[in-house]
Amino acid sequence: MTPQERLTAALARIPYASFLGVRAELKGDELTLVLPYSDHLVGNPLLPALHGGVVAALMELTAITQLAIASKSDKFPKTIDVGFDYLRSGKPVDTYARARVVKIGRRIANVQAEAWQNEREQPIAAMHGHFLVSEEEKAGSGQ
Amino acid sequence: MSGETHYGEGEDVFERVKTMMQWTPQGRALGFEVTKLEGNHVWGRCPYKPELIGDPETGVIAGGVITTFLDQLCGMAAVLAMKEPSMVATIDIRIDYMRAATPGRDVLAEAHCYKIGRNVAFVRAVAFEDNAENPIAHATSTFMVNATRKFGANLREKKT
Repeated sequence: MTPQERLTAALARIPYASFLGVRAELKGDELTLVLPYSDHLVGNPLLPALHGGVVAALMELTAITQLAIASKSDKFPKTIDVGFDYLRSGKPVDTYARARVVKIGRRIANVQAEAWQNEREQPIAAMHGHFLVSEEEKAGSGQ
Repeated sequence: MSGETHYGEGEDVFERVKTMMQWTPQGRALGFEVTKLEGNHVWGRCPYKPELIGDPETGVIAGGVITTFLDQLCGMAAVLAMKEPSMVATIDIRIDYMRAATPGRDVLAEAHCYKIGRNVAFVRAVAFEDNAENPIAHATSTFMVNATRKFGANLREKKT
């Protein structure tokens, strides 16, 4: 399996990723998650705007998946804490997210992520968080 | 609406708050419910559904669902604390996980708007299955008050 296929298979195993409609694009080791617009993702129907929780969920999924790639583990890391900053209202269009693994320690990883829509330089939200990557999970990577 | 009463008061408040919860398409899709109101506190339920699982090996609900639930409930607590209801927009929300949610069980939460000013509301929340003494997660959030914008504002072309 190519890395792209492995990633697509990993995401397909997460029911919630399918519920949101998220798909993954991998170029080298850089992952972009794409959330195509859908009516059920809206939080404020008057504007309309995406639900902040949905944008947060996209960034957290990106962070977890990028971290799984970086730690060469097939298991998904566990969230310890996540902080989300909202910068712009999410328009009813496709949304993208990328994550950067700042540091992987023996037990804890620090990850940042950003979400944007039409322009990469105009992020709609940012995330930073800590995730548990146990030694057992790293040892089980086989790579 | 009188300037003296809070939005979270009055006999019909429960109906109004239920309508508010139903107003959000994502809240409807996830099946959120409001279960109790008291002052600037609001309690809600996020039902367990197999399609919301985030870890297929354990059946634990996805963190994103908990974030959406707590964000929504915190926003409602902010509106309940207002004299005149207005739209709110999340400035930031931080979620600390004490443990994973129990597979197969609904997640409950209590949100409390402990301070509201002209511009910003401060809201805390805790998520649990049985009681807040055994928490799944704690949330701290801030909301922009009077974030009301024109209908369809996000459909217009952006300013150049």
